[in-house]
Amino acid sequence: MAGEAAVKVPYREKRPFDYSQYIRKGKLPHIWCAGCGHGIVLKSLLRAIHASGLSKDEICMVSGIGCSSRTPGYVDFNTLHTLHGRAIAYATGVKLAKPNLKVFVATGDGDALAIGGNHFIHACRRNIDMVILVYNNYIYGMTSGQASPTTPQGMVATTSRYGHIDPPFDTCEMAKAAGATFVARGTAYHCQELEKIFYEAIHHKGTAVIDILDSCPTYYGRLNKMKSASEMMLKVEKDGTVPVAQAAKLPPEKLEGKKLRGILYRAERPEYCEEYFKLIERVHG
Amino acid sequence: MERKFIQGNEACSEGALYAGCRFYAGYPITPSSEIMEVMSVRLPKVGGVFIQMEDEIASVCAIVGASLGGLKSMTATSGPGFSLMQEGIGFACMAEVPCVIVNVMRSGPSTGYPTGPSQADMMQVRWGTHGDHPMIALTPSTVQEILTETVRAFNLAETYRTPVVLLYDEVIGHMREAITLPKEGELEVVDRARPNCPPEEYRPYDISKGEIPPLAAYGEGYRFHVTGLYHGEDGFPTGNTKLIEEANKRLLSKVEKNREKIWKNEDFYLDDAEIGIFAYGVSARSAKFAVKELRKKGIKVGLLKPLTIWPFPDKAVREMAEKVDTIIVPEMNLGQISLEVERAAGGRCDVRGIYRVDTEPIHPQQIMDAILSREELTLPTELAERDMTDG
Amino acid sequence: MNEKETVKEVATKPPREKKKWNIVIYEELCKGCSICVDFCPTDVLTMKGDVVAVKALERCTGCQLCDLRCPDFAIQVFPE
Ligand SMILES: Cc1ncc(C[n+]2csc(CCOP(=O)(O)OP(=O)(O)O)c2C)c(N)n1
Ligand code: SF4
Ligand code: SF4
Repeated sequence: MAGEAAVKVPYREKRPFDYSQYIRKGKLPHIWCAGCGHGIVLKSLLRAIHASGLSKDEICMVSGIGCSSRTPGYVDFNTLHTLHGRAIAYATGVKLAKPNLKVFVATGDGDALAIGGNHFIHACRRNIDMVILVYNNYIYGMTSGQASPTTPQGMVATTSRYGHIDPPFDTCEMAKAAGATFVARGTAYHCQELEKIFYEAIHHKGTAVIDILDSCPTYYGRLNKMKSASEMMLKVEKDGTVPVAQAAKLPPEKLEGKKLRGILYRAERPEYCEEYFKLIERVHG
Repeated sequence: MERKFIQGNEACSEGALYAGCRFYAGYPITPSSEIMEVMSVRLPKVGGVFIQMEDEIASVCAIVGASLGGLKSMTATSGPGFSLMQEGIGFACMAEVPCVIVNVMRSGPSTGYPTGPSQADMMQVRWGTHGDHPMIALTPSTVQEILTETVRAFNLAETYRTPVVLLYDEVIGHMREAITLPKEGELEVVDRARPNCPPEEYRPYDISKGEIPPLAAYGEGYRFHVTGLYHGEDGFPTGNTKLIEEANKRLLSKVEKNREKIWKNEDFYLDDAEIGIFAYGVSARSAKFAVKELRKKGIKVGLLKPLTIWPFPDKAVREMAEKVDTIIVPEMNLGQISLEVERAAGGRCDVRGIYRVDTEPIHPQQIMDAILSREELTLPTELAERDMTDG
Repeated sequence: MNEKETVKEVATKPPREKKKWNIVIYEELCKGCSICVDFCPTDVLTMKGDVVAVKALERCTGCQLCDLRCPDFAIQVFPE
């Protein structure tokens, strides 16, 4: 089933959300640069988690290495900050050892799709229950702006000064092809829609992949002559995307160069842990 | 007493299950795959989890994740896979997560000769991952010992909150011997210390109450943070130079300080020996045979067989060096451990290596000849042509 | 962004009972990215040096967008 999420924005009260119930004491300000989209993503996630009613003890957040992978350090869950690219492999171990935990993976485009690409596709193939948040800022933030597997052709990175010639991956297409059963794209700019997507992903059983377009003003922005975080959010996240529900009605020329937003794919398929525990029951001596 | 005629790799699985291992993640590689195959059959029967991962990197990461989820966890591999695991092993050292990694050595570098044994990962096991780090590695040399040392590997991992490597070679991995399966309660089984403080007081690296802090499991009310960055006692990253230095030193010292408890050696005719042999793994088997033969000839030879190779048994070697005039070190590499023996002997006696790297185990005759001629011996001359597989 | 249009729209709407809002800025957390300033539909906020400040509280509609898009947990809008 493709299309927009059925629920309303989970948290839409006319009063501010109390993030402090999920943020570890004394950990703010976070390390992210001014205007970095990672904080917006984190806040959207916390609202969705709150709306889902999950308790902090029920949540495990695992990450790799990169700016985005610093997320777990700030949140008051069971948290694991691992090696570059390996978050999903660690998360697989945690999930199988403690299947009642809701496991989130916070990972960057480089972390998930370059060095961790193998783990990424195999998690999707297994359809193991976890929510994989790919903070996709088109660049390696932590190591100062080198090209990543999602850097669009022609764009500049510190390792593609003449314009990037490598074709990029589409996170969602890849996740879907590999077998993920919930595939969505959101942006930091559309942070309420993102929250809604997270909420839906949390309730999904199986591998949920969310390609989150967010911005690295410090490197991607500066290298590509975008003056501010807001300008990046408008150009890349707002103008660069179209809601999937609208896309069907738009003429092809209006879709040129745009990415689809929303829940792009949903399927039901046996979840890995459940299948394993069925196997245990079958062979238990 | 249950006797069983089994393969070394099967004995490893038996030992792991006996020790309470309930999570196995791995990737097939000769000559270790039987461990994984047996675990895939046995683990579900005891409610444990088996998963075949996409590679060895994933495997070592998954076992650390599962260990943090509270399960005793292991993986097994051989040289190429062990090379891939190095970064993950460093993470387990740094984050102080117990786990067991089996390396059934085959010849290298690279794909080498997959079905031929070697003992050439001795230094990779000790220093393969970057940075100063602790390492415990055990070297059984019989099928029975594979079982008991696997149990000990889990016990040490749980006791010291650190990865432990079980290191043996293709020969004893694939060899079948009659062994005794231990009855329940016969061998000691150690479980990690768990916190008993209220969750809000839990600090995963707090050493104020003992050098090995208790380890909580995820999902049990203790919401703690684990990172491979240098961290303070609360587990959160720190850039404080003093804390970093302390943490670095403590990682090593927790093993160094306890090495008397971690060491385990066996000696054979050492009391009156004039010539000592220091041999581990498959080479210790040949060495033992050689000692018996030479004793028959009246030659005073003795054997020191370490079951713990890392931390290196300095003390036992030093004591042997004080008694004998030569220590012979037969090994299936080009001198990785003999240099360690030389270091530990500290000039108290001669140290001579006998090396063999043609993928055939060291023959007792090679050791005997070396002792009789007291000259370093090169490889035996008979040539063998064999088929290659990629394992 | 069509801030101006939005502002006009608000201004021409028939006056109805207006809810009042209290904008709290946690200055120690604000990194001065100006996202909230740029995207406030009614142009309530401004940059004062490196930190956000309120310039026209009366225009605030309590939409919460500044909070929602603030990456730094630095601004929240409470009903008075
Ligand atoms: C094995 C290894 N290789 C390289 C690095 C260096 N490194 C750290 S973060 C990073 C890239 C991070 O980029 P991304 O995953 O896109 O996350 P971002 O920082 O943009 O959020 C790299 C290459 C590393 N830490 N480990
Ligand atoms: S370098 Fe880029 S990705 Fe990293 S914190 Fe700064 S803005 Fe964010
Ligand atoms: S709540 Fe809305 S109107 Fe008020 S300052 Fe924030 S963004 Fe502007």
